[in-house]
Amino acid sequence: MPDALYLSAAIGLPYLGAFIAALLPSNARNLEAWLAGGVALLALFMVWFGYAEVAQGGVPRAEFPWASDLGLTFVLRMDGLASVFATMVAGIGFLVVLYARYYMSPEDPIPRFFAFLLAFMGSMMGLVLSGNLIQMVFFWELTSLFSFLLIGYWQHLAAARDGARMALTVTAAGGLALFAGVLLLGHIVGSYDIDQVLAAGDIIRDHPLYLPTLVLILLGALTKSAQFPFHFWLPQAMAAPTPVSAYLHSATLVKAGIFLMTRLWPVMAGTDAWFWILGTCGMLTLLIGAYVAIFQHDLKGLLAYSTISHLGLITLLLSLNSPLAMVAAIFHTMNHATFKASLFMATGIIDHETGTRDIRRLSGLNTSMPFTARLAMVAAAAMAGVPLLNGFISKEMFFTEALTAANAPTLLHSILPLVATVAGMFAVTYSLRFIHGAFFGPEATDLPKKPHEPPQWMRLPVEVLVFGCMIVGILPAATIGPFLDVAVRSVLGDATPAYSLAVWHGFNLPLAMSLVALAGGVALYVLLQRHLNAGVDGTPLLQGLDGRRIFDQTMVFLSWRLARTLERLLGTSGLQMQLRLMVCIAFLAAVLALWPYGLRPGDVAMTGVDPVVLLMWLVGAGCAIGAAYQAKYHRLAATILLGGAGLVTCLTFIWFSAPDLALTQLLVEVVTAVLLLLGLRWLPKRIENAGATTVPARLRRYRDLGIAVMSGLGLAALSYATMTRVSPEGISRHFLERAYTEGGGTNVVNVILVDFRGFDTLGEITVVGIVALTVFALLRRFRPSKESIGVPEQQHGNAQAWLRIPAVTMRLLFPVIGLVAVFLLLRGHDLPGGGFAAGLMMSIAILLQYMAGGTRWVEDHIRVHPLRWMGVGLLLAAGTGLGAVVAGRPFLTSYFAYADLGWLGKLPMASALLFDLGVFALVFGATVLILIAIAHQSVRSQRAAPPPPPSSLIPGGYD
Amino acid sequence: MELILALSIGVLGGSGVWLLMRPRTFQLIIGLSLLSYAVNLFIFSMGRFPVGKPPVLESATAGDPAVYADPLPQALVLTAIVISFATTALFLVVMMAARGLTGSDHVDGKGRGS
Repeated sequence: MPDALYLSAAIGLPYLGAFIAALLPSNARNLEAWLAGGVALLALFMVWFGYAEVAQGGVPRAEFPWASDLGLTFVLRMDGLASVFATMVAGIGFLVVLYARYYMSPEDPIPRFFAFLLAFMGSMMGLVLSGNLIQMVFFWELTSLFSFLLIGYWQHLAAARDGARMALTVTAAGGLALFAGVLLLGHIVGSYDIDQVLAAGDIIRDHPLYLPTLVLILLGALTKSAQFPFHFWLPQAMAAPTPVSAYLHSATLVKAGIFLMTRLWPVMAGTDAWFWILGTCGMLTLLIGAYVAIFQHDLKGLLAYSTISHLGLITLLLSLNSPLAMVAAIFHTMNHATFKASLFMATGIIDHETGTRDIRRLSGLNTSMPFTARLAMVAAAAMAGVPLLNGFISKEMFFTEALTAANAPTLLHSILPLVATVAGMFAVTYSLRFIHGAFFGPEATDLPKKPHEPPQWMRLPVEVLVFGCMIVGILPAATIGPFLDVAVRSVLGDATPAYSLAVWHGFNLPLAMSLVALAGGVALYVLLQRHLNAGVDGTPLLQGLDGRRIFDQTMVFLSWRLARTLERLLGTSGLQMQLRLMVCIAFLAAVLALWPYGLRPGDVAMTGVDPVVLLMWLVGAGCAIGAAYQAKYHRLAATILLGGAGLVTCLTFIWFSAPDLALTQLLVEVVTAVLLLLGLRWLPKRIENAGATTVPARLRRYRDLGIAVMSGLGLAALSYATMTRVSPEGISRHFLERAYTEGGGTNVVNVILVDFRGFDTLGEITVVGIVALTVFALLRRFRPSKESIGVPEQQHGNAQAWLRIPAVTMRLLFPVIGLVAVFLLLRGHDLPGGGFAAGLMMSIAILLQYMAGGTRWVEDHIRVHPLRWMGVGLLLAAGTGLGAVVAGRPFLTSYFAYADLGWLGKLPMASALLFDLGVFALVFGATVLILIAIAHQSVRSQRAAPPPPPSSLIPGGYD
Repeated sequence: MELILALSIGVLGGSGVWLLMRPRTFQLIIGLSLLSYAVNLFIFSMGRFPVGKPPVLESATAGDPAVYADPLPQALVLTAIVISFATTALFLVVMMAARGLTGSDHVDGKGRGS
């Protein structure tokens, strides 16, 4: 079977299964289990196919290029290490599915469970089989995400939600650090491909960025593997259903960090930094985890802290920079997965059959469920490191390594044997507590359920795993030996040391340490009996070390207090202040940008002063200042003055050879002025009162005046400096030269709009259309304030009569204006005009009718259907573009020719004309829609707006 | 001539900025319109001041930049004019609706009522 097929199947099948599982009905427990189990088994087969090749020294690899421009390829790769992890993921995954079939109750929404579980399995597979670092981080984050969903599976439980959130926060934050670290790593190596990274060990270790890279990557690994001080999320995650805990906390999620450290061990380990960071964390985690585990009353809590402790042990082994320690680390990872998964499952059985996991209530289960008791005892013994079980062998290797490392000069090295023995002692104590507390003593009578043996199939996964513990413990070299060898060789390569997997190495120091730990552990348990039986919560000596509380306080600080403080310090509730700040920041930004260069006028000779322009702008400036001055109390005057400033702008465009701009500006001025006038009616009356303003108000005004004057001066200086410099040869030449030869029009501006940059124009008219629709929607539910409802006093009496003569003129002008609009549209390609101008012109024709006849008259006599105009316009414009696609050209490529209309002249028949027609229709429709929507308000029977809510209800009201 | 235009842009912009910081919605609309004149003229001024240069190609041939007015700023400004028209209309309607809903024409919908 080709590599690509089974590698991608190993990842793809679980995801596919997850998808199908999510679609199954919620009561299809058996079907779900069959599906999930089948998928897990198939994935396991896929891994086996790969393993066959891996065992012969090959590295199956599959590449799927997906963004080759960026050098990113989806790479799957299975070496020895990956194959061992993948086997654990799929194998234990299968057992967990079998177990979960019996564990989950019929009330649980089962499709969700199996869908998440399978998706998590796929992510884990993707993580271990990734041949690309970024891809690996992607799957890493996916495992965080799906573990979040799995831990929070019982979403009705607050503990589950909190635990899930905490796990996600910690592991995903670590994932971000890891991502940054991986980016640095890729930067150092020049490639994200794992094979290339693994070949660049010396470059990485000697690089100046080695330390930051290492810290970031280890942050990811340590958070994921629940190492001190990030360990606190793991016990909280015990709120998950037990199959999830058995899966996540034995073989998969928490081992991802171990996997990462092992994967990068050849290139990142071997330095002091590596030892000190990992050694300290690992040692503290090993000791604290084991110590805290003793005092847990919840069986799962005990296992959680024991998991933390064992992960610390593996981390410590990895930190020692010794190949033999690496062998021990990989071996212990496998062993821990088997005995911890079986212990979790046994705990689940106890919980399931008795209704509680509290050691203080459980007692004497040995009589009611003897078979489960035997299984749990063997697994716990393996956890404690009792001889003839797998945990013993890897623990012996750990002791040996601790003794070897103790020869190094540092303190941390020299205390290793002591730490190892003490931790081993603690492990014996908590294992003993687990067994003795649950299974021995007088038979408990007050349990929520009457205990009995579980269904046989529920026990099967535990049996398989415990059998594994025993067979590996008795015959290590014959069973696990080859697999371990393949995994170790893939990490260490030629540096693989000689090691012996045997139960009996003679009577030596490690064995003595084991015996001391065993005896000490038993003694400690006996000594602690009184304290433990008292049933006190909490851990003696470590009361203050509550990671969860620290985490909660940090979260409250970050998400509440800090946020509130920042909002109070930096936020403004008023728009005025925001705009003021924005203007000031823009001003400062300009100053900052100009600071190094200074702002001097350029050296282009100024053109002479034309008195007409001078006069024009005296008027224009007067209008602008007048509008600014009058806008508060004399809105009509301000509107007229604004129009004046606009007209002067318009004249300036004409003066400086921009007829298109002038035309459009003129038309826009007319429409804007009318719309503003229509809006005035709904504003409150404001009578200028000469009353004294308060001093602060006056000061505020002076400050604003200062800001305004400064911005004005700045703008003037900036424009003067730009105008007196030669503008760089931009792309104008390109447009001028090609406007006719390629666009078929002599009006270059129009050709740019409808042809060269037609796509922009399409976007622009879409925006105009959206604005018109928004206006329409906003006004459908328009509620004016109470005082604006009545007819304004200016309209009392026979107001219509005042406009009688202009009205006749306006009505007569309607066809004329329409004709001019068509004329502007048709000539637009060659002479000033075009769709925008024509559309606005046409809407002015309608607008005049409103002014002449009043809203009611127009609504009775003219039906415009602006929505249809807009729709047709947009379709026409887009359709013209698509026409080019149909003809095999890029979108909006234009075609042109001239039609000879006899004495009417030549009509440019560019396809751009069709496009311009669309622009025309849309602009016309949109403008008229806005006009109709606003004008219609005055003839509607209005309901007044409800009185505004009390200010306390307005978000950001007077608080 | 450059000086006149620069000062005009300054006056338009300064008046616009002053109105931006005023408390009434109508002042804001007028201010934005004035500011958009200033900005449009500023963009337009990038193309220099070709008094008397033809804006439209005279013959049906390739144009020479030395002879004709710069079409690029013009195209940009044309777009800007249409968009600022659309935003003005939108602001106007928001102003009307806000006045109805909050009972005030203050930009924050509070403060001294009508």
